[in-house]
Amino acid sequence: MTVNGTAHDHDVEPRTLLVQYLREACGLTGTKVGCDTSSCGACTVLVDGESVKSCTMFAAQADGASVTTIEGLADGDRWHPVQQAFHEHHGLQCGYCTAGMVMAAVSLLDEVPEPTERDVRLGLEGNLCRCTGYHNIVKAVLAAAETMRAAR
Amino acid sequence: MIPAAFDYVRADSAEAAIGLVAEHGDEAKLLAGGMSLIPLMKLRLATPAVIVDIGRVRDLSYVRDAGDHLAIGALTRHRDLETSDVLARDCGVLRAVAAQVGDNQVRHRGTIGGSVAHGDPASDLPAALVALDATFVVRGPGGERTVAATDFFRGFLETALGPDELLCEIRVPKSGPNGYAYEKFNRRAQDWAIVGALAARVGGTTRVALVNMGPVPLRAAAVEEALAAGGSVPDAAALAAEGTEPPHDLNASPEYREHLARVLVRRALEAL
Ligand SMILES: Cc1cc2nc3c(=O)[nH]c(=O)nc-3n(C[C@H](O)[C@H](O)[C@H](O)COP(=O)(O)OP(=O)(O)OC[C@H]3O[C@@H](n4cnc5c(N)ncnc54)[C@H](O)[C@@H]3O)c2cc1C
Ligand code: FES
Ligand code: FES
Repeated sequence: MTVNGTAHDHDVEPRTLLVQYLREACGLTGTKVGCDTSSCGACTVLVDGESVKSCTMFAAQADGASVTTIEGLADGDRWHPVQQAFHEHHGLQCGYCTAGMVMAAVSLLDEVPEPTERDVRLGLEGNLCRCTGYHNIVKAVLAAAETMRAAR
Repeated sequence: MIPAAFDYVRADSAEAAIGLVAEHGDEAKLLAGGMSLIPLMKLRLATPAVIVDIGRVRDLSYVRDAGDHLAIGALTRHRDLETSDVLARDCGVLRAVAAQVGDNQVRHRGTIGGSVAHGDPASDLPAALVALDATFVVRGPGGERTVAATDFFRGFLETALGPDELLCEIRVPKSGPNGYAYEKFNRRAQDWAIVGALAARVGGTTRVALVNMGPVPLRAAAVEEALAAGGSVPDAAALAAEGTEPPHDLNASPEYREHLARVLVRRALEAL
């Protein structure tokens, strides 16, 4: 599979989960395991541009796909607008949910480029945050949408 | 949590999938989106020896106008349903219910066929398909057969599908863009319904279906009959728990579920 634009080729056991593959075979530990039961979204990555919970997918299912993790978002040393907005609007506290939250937001903004606050709240329903109360996360995603709209 | 070890084979067509399942017998399990099966495998509640991945059988992913009905491929993802123009025009209810399944990540992977084959009475789409009197097209080594949605769901996680059969297509009547209301009651946005109530107008009749009010998705027959006989919405909705067998779990007692069913059916009918 291609991960963040780089081809990766490993033989893995069929039961290897995508998140394990990314963290252990590719060494990309930005993607976190939170609940390990498909609920929290901390493990969210993009597979062919769409958000998925990488704890609930086998690496073999992503064979040949293009996977993007948090490490692959920035353009050199320029952050992705969603990363920038999380920074500016303080969309995180402990940061554990953040990689998944950012990836889910990137996928959401791809599907709904001009979201309302409700669209953002519903669009991130698969991602849990124990710290922020979501307020600043929603603010950050709306701000990122605005930045991306202005750039189009 | 790591699933028990298994062999992985990928099918690239419906025929190949049926052949692989026939070859491996009871040991094999089909994998579509994995949104129900993988969590079970991680908990080792399911330990198949062989996984037949049908996730890439693209020719079973479609929503087609088939004249008097719509034909939906079993591998069509919830995401494809919630964005389908064909459904927006001819079966708005299915599109809206698909949008209520889980969260974006789940809808990007999960399929309508997987929802149906899994047979969980807490799932949203099966209840909608029971309300619509959908028909399921099933293929096995012996050929193809069709099963009515109302005969398909047999018990908790139990369906009319044989272990060597593949669900290929779901056929639903055209019910138009509007004329439905779905009331899903849960505590966290992404979760399954504690109870769900769907009301839909289909060809001059009002259909009412219930989610998680028994071991299978149910039609609220008493409510439908009361409405057909000219009864008022509050009177009809008061009958919503008749003939149900609601489960007892962490979320709710059977009595509370009966109460929810009456309230949610009333709300759905009022919103129609
Ligand atoms: C966090 C989370 C939240 C969820 N919330 C909801 C919710 O609110 N409402 C809801 O309804 N569902 C919910 N789900 C379940 C979701 O809808 C699943 O997508 C669906 O139940 C299964 O579809 P799948 O394609 O992922 O099937 P899989 O998990 O791949 O398979 C499920 C079962 O069906 C069998 N199967 C699959 N396809 C076929 C076929 N074509 N023919 C024969 N057998 C087949 C498999 O062998 C397996 O036994 C949720 C899931 C998660 C992880
Ligand atoms: S770790 Fe994957 S959803 Fe929580
Ligand atoms: S910032 Fe701590 S869990 Fe979200």
